[in-house]
Amino acid sequence: MSVTYERRLLTRDRGVGLLQKLWFIPWSFVLLLCAIAAVGYVALYSAGGGSAEPYAAKHALRFGFGLVLMLSIAMVDIRFVARLAWLGYAVGIALLVLVLVHGNVGKGAQRWIDIGPLQLQPSELMKIMLVLGLAAWFQRASWERMGNLLFLIPPGVAVLLPVGLVLKQPNLGTALITGMVGAAVFFAAGMRWWKFALAAGGVAVAAPIAYDHLHDYQRARITTFLDPASDPLGAGYNIIQSKIALGSGGLWGKGFLQGTQGHLNFLPEKQTDFIFTMIAEEFGLVGALAVLGLLSLVLVFCFTVALRCRHQFGRLIAVGLGTNFFLYVFVNVAMVTGSIPVGGVPLPLISHGGSAMLTTMLGFGLLLSVYVHRNAEFGPARD
Amino acid sequence: MTLWRRAERGLGSGKPGGSGFKGVRKEEERRRGVFTRRALLLGVGQLGLFGFLGSRLYRLQSEEGDRYATLAEENRVSARLIPPPRGRILDRNGQVVAGNQLNWRALLVAEQTQDVGATLDTFSRIVPLTEQERARIERELRRRRRFVPVAVREFLSWEDMARIEVNAPDLPGILIDVGTTRLYPEGEHLSHLVGYVAPPAERDMDGDPLLELPGIRVGRAGIERYHDLLLRGRAGAVQLEVNAVGRVIRELDRREGVPGQDVQISVDAELQKALRGRIEEGTSIVVMDARNGEVLAMASQPSFDPNVFNAGVSAAQWRQWTSNRATPLINKATNGLYAPGSTFKMIVGLAGLEARVVTPGDRVFCPGHMDLGDTRFHCWQRHGHGSLDLRGAIKLSCDVYFYEVAKRTGIDRIAAMANRFGLGTELDIELPGTKRGLVPTRAWRQAQGKPWNLGDTVVHGIGQGFYQLTPLQLATMTARLATGRAVQPHLTRMIGGRAGRQGGGVAEPRHPGAGSEAHARGDVGRRQRAGGHGARR
Repeated sequence: MSVTYERRLLTRDRGVGLLQKLWFIPWSFVLLLCAIAAVGYVALYSAGGGSAEPYAAKHALRFGFGLVLMLSIAMVDIRFVARLAWLGYAVGIALLVLVLVHGNVGKGAQRWIDIGPLQLQPSELMKIMLVLGLAAWFQRASWERMGNLLFLIPPGVAVLLPVGLVLKQPNLGTALITGMVGAAVFFAAGMRWWKFALAAGGVAVAAPIAYDHLHDYQRARITTFLDPASDPLGAGYNIIQSKIALGSGGLWGKGFLQGTQGHLNFLPEKQTDFIFTMIAEEFGLVGALAVLGLLSLVLVFCFTVALRCRHQFGRLIAVGLGTNFFLYVFVNVAMVTGSIPVGGVPLPLISHGGSAMLTTMLGFGLLLSVYVHRNAEFGPARD
Repeated sequence: MTLWRRAERGLGSGKPGGSGFKGVRKEEERRRGVFTRRALLLGVGQLGLFGFLGSRLYRLQSEEGDRYATLAEENRVSARLIPPPRGRILDRNGQVVAGNQLNWRALLVAEQTQDVGATLDTFSRIVPLTEQERARIERELRRRRRFVPVAVREFLSWEDMARIEVNAPDLPGILIDVGTTRLYPEGEHLSHLVGYVAPPAERDMDGDPLLELPGIRVGRAGIERYHDLLLRGRAGAVQLEVNAVGRVIRELDRREGVPGQDVQISVDAELQKALRGRIEEGTSIVVMDARNGEVLAMASQPSFDPNVFNAGVSAAQWRQWTSNRATPLINKATNGLYAPGSTFKMIVGLAGLEARVVTPGDRVFCPGHMDLGDTRFHCWQRHGHGSLDLRGAIKLSCDVYFYEVAKRTGIDRIAAMANRFGLGTELDIELPGTKRGLVPTRAWRQAQGKPWNLGDTVVHGIGQGFYQLTPLQLATMTARLATGRAVQPHLTRMIGGRAGRQGGGVAEPRHPGAGSEAHARGDVGRRQRAGGHGARR
């Protein structure tokens, strides 16, 4: 059956039924996502003070909705996605501009727009659209072509444009993540090493200049990162409290609903940015490593998809989305462990928040679509 | 279509990698190879960074876990002190002369408000605060830690309390609680003895955390000050679980404090009141049980109302007290210094007997004066008393007799005897700041660079001259004369239900001097009672 199915895809036979496509969805991965979302439910139940309200119930609902969205997108032919990629990119940019003009200001930054009951953070959506756009641009580029600097300029601009818009909000963390996701796609597509070295040098030169243009609160984050004890009740407060909560969890944790720091509100934003701390406090090192392990499996799946995909478009999407997921998790966990400055990045599938859940599941939908259509015919590389 | 494109490119471009189906395959494989290598690099790198996070978690949670567990505990546990009720002061019949009364007050906790100034401004609009009050509050806020409440206003009326409660949402950091305040039911009748309390000053901070509590008072004078530590008690403590904003979640542990102990004093409040009505402005009186030194009454006129100190003494009130020449704040019975006059003659007589310069039967002729060189010292009886022995001299309070005895005895031996009777010595009564007085000696005078003349000795023989003695010392002297015991004046009868100093009963029979003169003193004492003349001032 598998053989006929693959042949049909190779010959662009659109006659593959939905049921057959569903069969090809890696349900073990879906189960993995469910397990992580369940961890999120448990953590949010605790963050809600031992109650499904106000976080956990909504979380489950959103995940259920996200699951449907993901599976629906997985059914969409990846070549159709490729054709619409640049349109999606354009919509993303338009939304970013819109948020700058009409967005709601939160914590000194314009970040989301209200769409009915939903709050949308265009910067989250933008990262996915950027991956799609870049993958579409690079899908048929040969090794030779990747050496052509002129060929790299349009996608370079395509990365810098959203980065600049997100910086303008201003949201330093997301801007950096967007830039890095873009860089990962460039790298996987075959951009030359020395060009990366050159770009890295350019960033190193630009960083001090950029620091001058940062907002005070952003600078405060960087300085308190360097010495959290310098301002224990100011910007460093979050990091210190998070470390205290984490560390006091010890090896086995304080037990479900027993985390004192989280429940007594010493831990700020425990339902969003610091949900991992909540888990680590109540379930200890063992629980924290288990969650980290589950999240690593997601990453492993992303790269497995990338390696098994037979078209460059899908590969680049898988790498881009995988990197995006990695950066989410890494920045969040590194932030709560005091390893990098606080960035306001949620933990995917676990943190409370509709917009993040939506975009995460959208991304996984695309990933599954790549997996399901991994043998689709795109045509060869071109110079 | 794909095939067509391949063909077109294969024909048109002519580049080696892109020509022909084989070239396309090769190119595709090259691209894929590059991708695989780089994707693996990215994937492994990312998993490696997850590994770094894992190691970071291990360090925080396993290696440094204990340290953070301690920090977490400190975070959530907040210890608060429970002020113990201050012990009462009772008179000898159990009547309360210093008690506690409820005091509703508004407190400010600095850490619970964003802006202390704004809160105080709002408070001021509801219950007006004076400039001085404001300055005091701000001073106390600076001195105390941010979570220690500071009293904003005490003795709130019901109306003020209601107004504050209604406006509570606009008054972050303000809370109302009930404390206790000192009440002296007898007012000014016992103020010199009982003393008064006041908020602790910087110098009172002896490390007792209790003193940091708002509204706490320390004894400033009298028994309140002398027994301050006993009356104060020890603070209890509650360990509370608090959340990040300091709100109390639950009580973890409670350690009850030790309430201050009641102190019973020997004074009879009714006797004190009755006596105070009978003495003039500027005088004082001491009534002592001669058998055991218990002070039954000690009054000094005028007096002051100790209740005034509770709310803080106004500058005007203070000026009025300090400018009054009759010194209402000073207890003249212990701090007023006077020449003893004829009451001192017994001491002179005793000193003469002990020095064996005179016997009870020796007679001295009093012509109404005594001449020493070209100076004449008069007797109060201008016509003279004629020939007198000791008993007659004391009975008539003859000056010449004692001029003569003093001359024979010498000032230093008189002074030594006076000291044995408590004169010019520090009496161990529970009233801080009690004056020691002065009984002059030859050495004392010479230390001033002046010689001591025989004429000085003569004058001092009748209790005049440099003597500076307190009424309490004279009362003590009299008690010692009357009983022959080393009576110590004291006020404390019982502390916390147990006997205070001196066993609460009769003092142990301890003589101020030794052996032989005891009889003589007792003898003189009896005679004095029989026909005493009293101080003649």
